[in-house]
Amino acid sequence: MGVKKRKLMRSIVIAIGSIILTTVLIAPPLWLVISSVSDLKDLLAIPLRWIPQQISFERYAKILFSQGPESEFRIIMKNSLFVASLVTIICVAIGSFSAYAFSRLRFPGKEKILFILLFSYMLPPVAIIIPIYQIFSSANLLDTRGALVLVYSAIIVPFVIWIMRTYFDTIPHDLEDAAKIDGCSSLSTLFRVILPLSVPGIVATLLFAFLMSWEEFFIALILTSSPAAKTIPVAIAEFSGRHSIDFGMMATGGVLAAIPPVLIALLFQKYIVGGLLSGAVKG
Amino acid sequence: MVLSFYDSLYQIDLTRKSQGTPFVGFGNYANILKSSSFWQSVGRTAYFTVVSIVIEMVAGFFIALLLNEKFWGRGILRSLLLLPWALPITVDAIMWKWIFNANYGAFNAFLQQIGLIDKYQAWMTKPWSAMHCVIAADVWKVTPLVALLLLAGLQTIPKQLYEAALVDGSGWWRSLFQITIPLLMPTFTVVLVLRTLDAFRVFDIVYIMTQGGPANATKVISFLTYQEAFKFLNFGRGASLAYIITMIVALLAYLYTRSMGKQIEY
Repeated sequence: MGVKKRKLMRSIVIAIGSIILTTVLIAPPLWLVISSVSDLKDLLAIPLRWIPQQISFERYAKILFSQGPESEFRIIMKNSLFVASLVTIICVAIGSFSAYAFSRLRFPGKEKILFILLFSYMLPPVAIIIPIYQIFSSANLLDTRGALVLVYSAIIVPFVIWIMRTYFDTIPHDLEDAAKIDGCSSLSTLFRVILPLSVPGIVATLLFAFLMSWEEFFIALILTSSPAAKTIPVAIAEFSGRHSIDFGMMATGGVLAAIPPVLIALLFQKYIVGGLLSGAVKG
Repeated sequence: MVLSFYDSLYQIDLTRKSQGTPFVGFGNYANILKSSSFWQSVGRTAYFTVVSIVIEMVAGFFIALLLNEKFWGRGILRSLLLLPWALPITVDAIMWKWIFNANYGAFNAFLQQIGLIDKYQAWMTKPWSAMHCVIAADVWKVTPLVALLLLAGLQTIPKQLYEAALVDGSGWWRSLFQITIPLLMPTFTVVLVLRTLDAFRVFDIVYIMTQGGPANATKVISFLTYQEAFKFLNFGRGASLAYIITMIVALLAYLYTRSMGKQIEY
């Protein structure tokens, strides 16, 4: 068994593995994109034509610019953007302050509160939806975007605290002591020393909060019903029922819903991978 | 600071309400624990969880091993891993629903064109295959994340261990079983608990792809709860189910924090 032979084997295994992996990762979404731009005739042909004879962006135009029934999707996209942005701002604002407190202050029951926070984040939405539904229905807030913002914030804030705390924990106390000696108050230490140092953590949590509220489906399904409050995942699910004949339209909706999160993930991958690892592995 | 206290109180309140209000006596619980539909959905959830986690762990481990090697294009592959992760679950579900479509689906077309089947199959209308379609949609989405987590674990293993093993004449497989897998155990545990927790959330994929059908074959516990509460409007029963889920999740969350504690020691 020569070293050369072993090296060759290694290259072959790596090459085959990479090719299989790439195909499996890319093929399904690629097919979704192809479906969204090809003619229905091509999609329904047997044997299937993988590469469409002509490409048209007609469906995208219909959804994004026309006045027809498809224009509903536009309003729904705005809802999603509104809800996700507001939730992100609220969560990061509240979450980073609380996380700082959990990281630096000592107070009774801290560990227990942290456990409850983690637990409330881990609870599946299905376990808490009934009381949520009852609360909002008695407050006449069903089918409003505000209700979604409230519920999402309540679910995501614990997650933000949990992740930010681990970031703050990695910043040495000496820095704060130095700042205090130089005459900084607690708040200005936070703003001038700690926050600038934890930019990667903040960016990662911002992105996670946005992605989580962008793709949340179950709670939105229960709490909203009209286009004035619905979010994209709910619309997608309806598409798959209503447009069950026009697969192209379904695919187009899917692609539009996927573009923002996929772009975010690829542009900010360094922060996201870092966040994933610190949140899930280090704890 | 005031905000943080307010916030933590708010959280506690929310979970307490969710557990306190639906307390309508133990009749519901007794009924649920006696009903076969509950135990069947528990069984389906367990089946879904075990099969998808095993596939995700094994596939994720091999992907992580692959990406731990140095080769051209590794960075691109690693970015690609984020693609399934970033795709919203609902989009993942309609994508696979469309791929497994009985009459026009790409899966059928692919199998037929390479000659594995000669007639299109209705994958989503047979109980057994429908469950595996749902599992496929989940595995495709989650395996890359598992791979990333395991990869991070792999990179903490010191290279010297492998060099020493090589000097001692240990082959690749032996190093794998005697060094890599034992040292990766903490990461495996964390991933396992996280994924088990997620299994109780499996709802979106089932709702969009199968609606719990065919013949209840994919009615997992979260979907059963949804149906009881919002289709049959049996809030009491739904809430009792929710409470049972809560208890299980509490137990798992406890195990999770303990396994993390161990990892910090290590």
